[in-house]
Amino acid sequence: MAIYIVKRFFMMIATILIIATLTFFLMHSIPGSPFDEERTSNPTIQANLEKFYKLDQPTHVQYIHYLKSIATFDFGPSIKKPNDSVNKLLARGFPISLELGMVTILVAVISGITLGTFAALRHNGIIDYAAMAFAVVGISVPNFVLATVLIQQLAVNWNLLPPATWSSPLHMILPTLALATGPTAIIARLTRSSMLEVLTQDYMKMARAKGLSPMRIVLRHALRNALMPVVTIMGTMLAGILTGTFVIEKIFAIPGMGKYFVESINNRDYPVIMGSTVFYSAFLVFMLFLVDIVYGFLDPRIKLHRKEGDA
Amino acid sequence: MESRKFAPIDENQGGTAVAQEPARLRKRNKTFTDVMLSVRDLHVSFKTFGGEVQALRGVSFDLYKGETLAIVGESGCGKSVTANTIMGLIPKPAGRIKNGNVLFKGKDLTKLDKSEMRKVQGVDISMIFQDPMTALNPTLKIGEQLTEGLRTHQKVSKTEARQKAIKLLEVVGIPNPEERMKQYPHQFSGGMRQRIVIAIALICEPELLIADEPTTALDVTIQAQILELFEEIQERTGVSIILITHDLGVVAKIADRIAVMYAGKVIEIGEKREVFYSPQHPYTKGLLASVPRLDLKEEELQPIEGTPPDLFAPPIGCPFTARCPFAMEVCDRIYPATTGLSATHAVDCWLQDERAKKVFGHN
Amino acid sequence: MVSHQQNVQIPDEWFQQKGKDAEKAESVVRPSLSYWKDAWRRLRKNKMAMGGLVFLIILTLFAIFAPILSPHNIETTQYANQNLPPSSTHWFGTDDKGWDVFTRTWHGARVSLFVGVAAALIDFFIGIIYGGISGYKGGRTDTIMMRIIEILYGLPHLLVVILLMVIMGPSLTTIIVALTITGWVGMARIVRGQVLQIKNYEFVTASKSFGAKTPRIIRKNLLPNTMGPIIVQMTLTVPSAIFAEAFLSFIGLGIQAPVASWGVMANDALPVILSGHWWRLFFPAFFISMTMFAFNVLGDGMQDALDPKLRG
Ligand SMILES: Nc1ncnc2c1ncn2[C@@H]1O[C@H](COP(=O)(O)OP(=O)(O)OP(=O)(O)O)[C@@H](O)[C@H]1O
Ligand code: SF4
Ligand SMILES: [Mg+2]
Repeated sequence: MAIYIVKRFFMMIATILIIATLTFFLMHSIPGSPFDEERTSNPTIQANLEKFYKLDQPTHVQYIHYLKSIATFDFGPSIKKPNDSVNKLLARGFPISLELGMVTILVAVISGITLGTFAALRHNGIIDYAAMAFAVVGISVPNFVLATVLIQQLAVNWNLLPPATWSSPLHMILPTLALATGPTAIIARLTRSSMLEVLTQDYMKMARAKGLSPMRIVLRHALRNALMPVVTIMGTMLAGILTGTFVIEKIFAIPGMGKYFVESINNRDYPVIMGSTVFYSAFLVFMLFLVDIVYGFLDPRIKLHRKEGDA
Repeated sequence: MESRKFAPIDENQGGTAVAQEPARLRKRNKTFTDVMLSVRDLHVSFKTFGGEVQALRGVSFDLYKGETLAIVGESGCGKSVTANTIMGLIPKPAGRIKNGNVLFKGKDLTKLDKSEMRKVQGVDISMIFQDPMTALNPTLKIGEQLTEGLRTHQKVSKTEARQKAIKLLEVVGIPNPEERMKQYPHQFSGGMRQRIVIAIALICEPELLIADEPTTALDVTIQAQILELFEEIQERTGVSIILITHDLGVVAKIADRIAVMYAGKVIEIGEKREVFYSPQHPYTKGLLASVPRLDLKEEELQPIEGTPPDLFAPPIGCPFTARCPFAMEVCDRIYPATTGLSATHAVDCWLQDERAKKVFGHN
Repeated sequence: MVSHQQNVQIPDEWFQQKGKDAEKAESVVRPSLSYWKDAWRRLRKNKMAMGGLVFLIILTLFAIFAPILSPHNIETTQYANQNLPPSSTHWFGTDDKGWDVFTRTWHGARVSLFVGVAAALIDFFIGIIYGGISGYKGGRTDTIMMRIIEILYGLPHLLVVILLMVIMGPSLTTIIVALTITGWVGMARIVRGQVLQIKNYEFVTASKSFGAKTPRIIRKNLLPNTMGPIIVQMTLTVPSAIFAEAFLSFIGLGIQAPVASWGVMANDALPVILSGHWWRLFFPAFFISMTMFAFNVLGDGMQDALDPKLRG
């Protein structure tokens, strides 16, 4: 297990390094450096840029310096707002985005697993068909479409819920619903198919042959095995939710990091785009690392082995 | 090859696994009197996309207390379905018991509801599966897998259950049982796992053990050890065993009686001696003739030419007609009645009819 | 069990040997259809998947012909026709530039379908080459190539795509390039797995001295079988590419007017949604969802149809 963790850790570092490098060189490949004086047109900004990117130095020095900054969690300045930096935007917006993301993942995991499990246990029954119909629709309707439909119907037409912002639990319902539907559908489908697979396994038959209670059979024997694949997709799922927050925050006017990120894209604030991308990527890769470790603990074949057991 | 196929077994043919057995048979010459399980005219079907599979089409047999009944037959003939039906493990709603009863000590198991059946499963009747690599839950410690049945069915404390499990592991031949309790299935070899599976089956001291191909997935030396374990357990506890297998060598080793199944029916049943040395059904004869012989070595059990009938639309007559060298017109049209050859030996074949005997002479 | 009394009515002639009925013994073997025919038969039974297929065919036809046949001009702004609701002349209404939404929708269909199909095809080619080499070479090459894939797999794809789009500037080409730069990894993994299967089979049959027959077996039986998962993966790449394109449009990296994608159309409609011009959002959103739905159900159906495990 220790070796497994170390291995995953180095993979994480490698991935972050790749992203930082890619970002750095892509930035330098933008025709006519994005840091030209005529673009920035503000002495404070120009000073910030000089300081952060060491623009007077040769490229490799710049690169090393850039990596160092990243390693110390400094993601660079903005070229549009003299007093802002990626770190300031993050401090303002990320807690809100994180909250939205966490609530979403919680809702998606709980409802997705429940739905998928019941669908599998009632295979080819009404619940199964209904759950899977919901799942295909949920996967097919993009979250921004769902978001606008929800605002239009529940907020504007029926006036049931507030249409925008993130100021109270009531305000959180619509954005969460819009963002969680897709992941819920994916988790439900995956849980169902892996549950169906598990239910045909010999050890399930054996558990039934022991005369155990249905509760115990499902919870102790089936679910744990069925959820393994669900854990493995949590990483990609998180990435999807995170990028989803960009549009959801934009549509619901939630002042999260996603909103700033989209703004920076729209007014081509390159350093902010770069810094946010690196930050988000590092965050996601770290989450992926955590997911891998959780998986390692759930699967005794990895937990107990010196060598990596999976293929 | 051709000549070997339907030749009756020659008692002096020293080479076959079968012919070596008489000594053992006499040694174990027990008599069994109490019927413990009585399967009567069992019909089981499965609904599938392609239609309804009639997996069992009238299976009947009795099982005596303390005996080992072997069920043999080609793949797909309904051996596992029989076992699962007795055990109450037919997957619903696809599978359905259309007719018939399973009387266990006078109680009809087919009439029990799910929660009543759970009081029988693992308590009175236990089951052992073919592949020990997949029969154990990979994510649970074997200690838990051993004790959970006991804890469900009997009011015992955790430590009591543990003690019993450890003792049982010793009985089935697992060294260091205390430590082993804390391990996961992947830390055991195949043979060890099958021993654990057997221990799990025994934990509530059942009266009937159903083993569905318990040795098929194991290599030969381990197979022998597991069979010995079965015998040892039977001697200790007096448990009745239904043993499902493809392997006539296994049958020869530990069965008291043999039921031969074909296309969802028991077509011949009798004591081991009777079925091995005077098989009456052409299918049984073919099966015995195809036993791999020591001098031919390692050859897969060569089944009789042709394939069993389609169970989506099973024939009304004898299902073996298409492959039977003795087939008569009557075989196509009417299913043969059961003929009792002795108190213990019975066969479903038209060759037992007087009129057929006139045609073929006595065989 | 039948009782013995029945025998009384049985004519004696029935007790004559007729020998083995070889033909009959053979006929019980179910006819073996070819893999593709079999898969097609299964797919046709799946109503949802067929519905998806029909929808996609109609969509493609419209995307090809509707813009050509449409009488409406979408190049110059027509202020006289601004924001008209759906009517007999403008079936899907018009937008704030007076352009016919129906005509624009089919232009958008061209963009979305093109992006989706192109991304899937390019993924396929890169995946076949990379996965093929990795699986075929095996050994060290395979290990290294798989490590690379493992790391790339951990990259947050959409973020990388955003980055690339920002740098390269939004256009049809850049969107496809960006999507495929990150997208081929999944395909390469699957191809490698399938190649390993083929190799394994080659090994097994070669050791059993099948001799000259092996290539034929691979071509006739194995290749179609291994193509199954690859085709399913391609089918499912299309909707995810369409989604990614729409998503990028939404955060300001879309292909701009007049030949805008569905995502751009929907994004442009957002600010006016509260002023009641619902048709501007409804039609692009509807077609994005329906197209993704159609590809998803078709992909699911193909997965079921092609899965050899389910063959009865
Ligand atoms: N759950 C099921 N659904 C559909 N058909 C089934 C199911 N279980 C068994 N069958 C069918 O019932 C018939 C008997 O199957 P069974 O498993 O009892 O055979 P078997 O004698 O145990 O064969 P084997 O030696 O291969 O284990 C087969 O034709 C099989 O296809
Ligand atoms: S009944 Fe007829 S077909 Fe069936 S086994 Fe006997 S002789 Fe052969
Ligand atoms: Mg079986």
